[in-house]
Amino acid sequence: MTLILFAILAFIALVGGLGVVLSRNPVYSALSLLMNFASIAIIYFLLNAQFLGVVQVAVYAGAIVVLFLFVVMLIGGNIGSLRHSSRPLARVVAVVLVATFLLTVIWIVIQTLPLSTTSAGPPEAGSVQAVGAALYTDYLVPFELASLLLLVGMLGGVVLARRYKPLTEDETS
Amino acid sequence: MIPTDYVLILAAVLFAIGAIGMLVRRNALIIFMCVEMMLNSTNLTLVALADRWGNLTGQVFAFIVMAVAAVEVAVGLAIIMTIARHKDTTNIDEINLLKG
Repeated sequence: MTLILFAILAFIALVGGLGVVLSRNPVYSALSLLMNFASIAIIYFLLNAQFLGVVQVAVYAGAIVVLFLFVVMLIGGNIGSLRHSSRPLARVVAVVLVATFLLTVIWIVIQTLPLSTTSAGPPEAGSVQAVGAALYTDYLVPFELASLLLLVGMLGGVVLARRYKPLTEDETS
Repeated sequence: MIPTDYVLILAAVLFAIGAIGMLVRRNALIIFMCVEMMLNSTNLTLVALADRWGNLTGQVFAFIVMAVAAVEVAVGLAIIMTIARHKDTTNIDEINLLKG
């Protein structure tokens, strides 16, 4: 039962991923990305990571995709010439490189993990309580550093996206 | 329960799709979306292995990665907005000068 659900979700995630790459219109890419993120959030729930599933929906689907859509709408989806961008050699090289990578990873996974290894932890291992306790005790320093990083990122975003005004005479002197 | 290797292979395939998109597409916004997808697939790997070994560290790591991804999106989209305002394009073939 869980396996069937996982297969459906994996299919949706793959379709979403392909949609991001293959769409002509960036708006469709952003919506495919949303589909991908949502199905991965449900896979997190299946993997006993309830807290991360909720955070995935809130941060990725709620914030990041909306930000992407805002920017696509603001700067206009189809600006720039997308037509003369087909470079067959680059395409072939990309596909060969990535196929090599993928085959290597799959080979390593099959070699290393015995097939059908399943969960070792209790079902509530990834609850909000457990992850919160870990974040505020063992991983307090990385947590606080992440908050500092978010603050710096917010300032950076505001400064970068601000409309540039040259300094006036009395400001430079 | 889901076998861990299926999840790992799904994550690898998603990462590969993202990498192909990053190498093939020329629109900076779509390249950025592909980067997000690749980060997401590594998160999936971390969560799957955290579940496999019954260890919470992978989930905390994935949480921190999400925070970093959010910051990266905010700053990166601000940069793309600024470039689009200056040069009126998001095609990375036409954005080839450091000088604005």
